[in-house]
Amino acid sequence: MLAPERTWWKPLGRLEKTWLTVAFVWCIFLTLMMPLWYFMGKQNVPTETYRISAADFSAKVNAFVEQYKVGEDTINGVTFPVVAPPPGSDVYLRASTWQWYPILQLEVGETYRLHISSMDLQHGFSLQPVNINLQVLPGYDYVATIVPTSTGDFTIVCNEFCSLGHHTMVGKIIVK
Amino acid sequence: MATLAPTTQWMTGAKDDYRVCGVTTLKVDMHTERLIIANAVMAVVTLVLGGLFALLIALTRWQAVHLLDATWFYRLLTLHGIDMLVAWIVFFEMAGLHFGSTALLNARHAAPKLAWFGWALMTIGGLMVNGVVLFDASSIVTFTAYVPLKAHPLFYLSYILFAVGALIQVITFFINLVVAKREKRFEGSMPLAVFGLMTAAILAVYTLLEGAAAVVPAFFWSMGILKNYDPGIYRNFFWGFGHPAQQVNLAAMVAIWYMLAQMTVGIRPVNEKFSRLAFILYLFFINLGSAHHLLVDPGLSFAWKAVNTSYAMYLAVLGSMMHAFSIPAAMEIALRAKGFTKGLFGWLRNAPWGEPGFAALVMSMIIFGWIGGVTGVTIGTEQINMLAHNTLRLPGHFHATVVGGTTTAFMGFTYYVIPLIFRKELKLKSWAKWQPYVYGFGSILVSLGMITSGLQGVARRNWDITFAGVVPGTVDLTLAIFGIGALIAVAGGIMYVTVVLVSILTGPRVEPTNMLLLTGTNNPLLDSTKLTDRDMEHPKNQPKGTLVLVFAFLAWFAIYYLTNWWLLGRTWFIR
Repeated sequence: MLAPERTWWKPLGRLEKTWLTVAFVWCIFLTLMMPLWYFMGKQNVPTETYRISAADFSAKVNAFVEQYKVGEDTINGVTFPVVAPPPGSDVYLRASTWQWYPILQLEVGETYRLHISSMDLQHGFSLQPVNINLQVLPGYDYVATIVPTSTGDFTIVCNEFCSLGHHTMVGKIIVK
Repeated sequence: MATLAPTTQWMTGAKDDYRVCGVTTLKVDMHTERLIIANAVMAVVTLVLGGLFALLIALTRWQAVHLLDATWFYRLLTLHGIDMLVAWIVFFEMAGLHFGSTALLNARHAAPKLAWFGWALMTIGGLMVNGVVLFDASSIVTFTAYVPLKAHPLFYLSYILFAVGALIQVITFFINLVVAKREKRFEGSMPLAVFGLMTAAILAVYTLLEGAAAVVPAFFWSMGILKNYDPGIYRNFFWGFGHPAQQVNLAAMVAIWYMLAQMTVGIRPVNEKFSRLAFILYLFFINLGSAHHLLVDPGLSFAWKAVNTSYAMYLAVLGSMMHAFSIPAAMEIALRAKGFTKGLFGWLRNAPWGEPGFAALVMSMIIFGWIGGVTGVTIGTEQINMLAHNTLRLPGHFHATVVGGTTTAFMGFTYYVIPLIFRKELKLKSWAKWQPYVYGFGSILVSLGMITSGLQGVARRNWDITFAGVVPGTVDLTLAIFGIGALIAVAGGIMYVTVVLVSILTGPRVEPTNMLLLTGTNNPLLDSTKLTDRDMEHPKNQPKGTLVLVFAFLAWFAIYYLTNWWLLGRTWFIR
């Protein structure tokens, strides 16, 4: 709160220098971790994205469901088709208020190109309990290349507020 | 040796209307005093609203209680975000800017009418948005109002009014600085606290301009004039406002940390260059952090995200780590110079723990750094964000920064504003003494409850997680910790508001006589001018204890950060 003395540009003390050096080295380590993981890690944020209209994406989802549908299942009382695409194929998941369509059935250890887009508002793709979270925007076809590494039923929660029924927006991925 | 800034005589004339503070010996322009009071009153009003909403939404998310219905939950969640994160904090900062640009520089308020105009716009905007969200269901869009979620045009208009009002008040800060310099009210460099506030003010200018870039098109879009508004572009501009707005809070809070440390312990900054460089790192790098919110968005490259999310090279984090050393170090030296030189932490044992300003300072620094800072850097890492985005870990992080950190510090500072600016005796002193601990403890539980729930995948902004089907039983436990923490924090908030209201509304106006509120009659602010270079450099006074503390901090930081990489490595492969 007080004015400094006239000349305040002074060399740092020994302890300040020590801490500054250590803190700076830590910052460099933090910086390097990201590119290191980018090249060596198995879990990286997808970047592949295309522009797409809601109608075009919806048409792709419908064709996809028709081609690979294997059955039906319900989530909170609503019936959804269960779709089992072959490994390596393009998989489509449609977000709209308030559902994830369709239910996907995948095989453990196989690679899939998962396309996600929204028909209306912003949504949040939150796969539980593996805890992978991605933002879903209308007009963007977001492509995640995924390999399920565990089996079971996985829940897709919407974790971006999408008006009043937001909490009811739940989907499913089955991994066998 | 540091000195009190004021030396020059004030010019006489109608423009100058001031009093001399008996405690700080600072001259307080009466325009400044009234502006501080007006902004502080609105800050407390919005804090009361936001706190009430906090209680209700916390009791809803505490799954065992689940109080409100969905519509009211999302409605009050929207208002809680706006009233707390924006209104309370920005009003308080405006009070701080008026104080810093006049009293601390021995200067007059050069543009009071303009400042009042800005205050009025902020007040109208702040109250209007509460009305709009309460009465118009379509405006329940949460604080972020992500396009294409469309609110009523008045919703965006209130944001704009508030932001323009804030911008105008910030501009008067710069006008005051220029006029003070031109009228030679102070010589040489400005005090460190003003330097910190100036950092906040510069950050505020481009923050508010980016806010305009996001919200003005949204306003036209909501009226149908603009046909399309890309959600990705909106997010980019919105966070150009939303994130740096928190960095304004950060810079203002650190400035207040320095002030509280000087007012309660009588510190002299260890090295002005060191502290000022840390503020300059904020200035240059902290705005890149808006990328933190876009890390798992479609359409952005890895390189763009990595450079921005790391503030170029974690240089803003470096700034905070510098302050994290320099403030406790200055406190340690000041206390050691008083003779508390025993061992590594003898100075800590003899610190004024019963002084509300000191208690608030310590709670604020611990919660901000150890919880808020560490979790923020971790979830702001490009890949790790995938584990955390939009889970409760996010609000867990920022409740540690803006609630446990900023708000606790601002509350502690208020107790000194009451005698020094409102010129009222502080009542309920024992409440004030305990309040920072109660509030801080509550917000620690809030943050930890949210973070541990988020680690288990619980989404933020979600009325009822049981729709997601199987929820682990431990989630009930962590949400209960959050709920109980919220109750304690709200109790701390009620204590604060009660102390403030009782002090201001009862009792006559009295000239302040004492700097410390509870722990003595000495004046640390003036004592600090007696710390000589010899005191500062004496081998017995060196801040060895602080060095141990910051290394302990770094160890905890590393453990938390690396654990999160390990967690990430266990999930599905994704690219």
